[in-house]
Amino acid sequence: MSEYGEFPLWAAIAVAFFILLGSSLALIGTIGFAQLNSFYERLHAPTLGTSWGTGGIVMASIIYFSVSEGRFAFHEIFIGIFMTVTTPVSLMLLGRAALYRDRTEQNTEVRNSLDDEQP
Amino acid sequence: MSSIILFWSISLAQLFLAIAMGISVSRIARGPRAQDRVLGLDTLYVCAMLLLLTFAIRTGNVLYFEAALVIAILGFVSTVALSKFLMRGEVIE
Repeated sequence: MSEYGEFPLWAAIAVAFFILLGSSLALIGTIGFAQLNSFYERLHAPTLGTSWGTGGIVMASIIYFSVSEGRFAFHEIFIGIFMTVTTPVSLMLLGRAALYRDRTEQNTEVRNSLDDEQP
Repeated sequence: MSSIILFWSISLAQLFLAIAMGISVSRIARGPRAQDRVLGLDTLYVCAMLLLLTFAIRTGNVLYFEAALVIAILGFVSTVALSKFLMRGEVIE
């Protein structure tokens, strides 16, 4: 933490704002993931951390490395693009798997109840 | 002044992300069904990747970004493989 001495104040405030925004959004999304009731509601909560949590922290690191190195540093953008592209794919696959499992189990439950009703 | 702002904001962000990782681990432990545990693993690796990004800002080292990118890629592949396994019962058809 010793090279922060000549870091300008406006950049420090911008980095602090974006990193606190990203981490608190990730925390809020995870709290919602722990608190919500059904699985299909819980599926939406962590996307708060993957969309604006990742965006805020990536933007903070872009500002920090651009100011401290004196040139435009854009190597963090790859992480942001990758998370934006892959999160809907993985969550859609997971939601379809959960829907398939729920339908299969409900069908077996319905069949079992019908079997119980028939003498 | 700027060093104090950066130090406390990054420490608070790391505390938030550590709490988020703990909450997702608790959801993995008590999740009622298998898809809740897979979603908890997904949330856990996203929070770990964000924690590595904050470590990169804290130390000024660029090598943490490669580690974060590797975590993101492996987490995406593992989530897709586990979802395929939950849906079909096998990963490669």
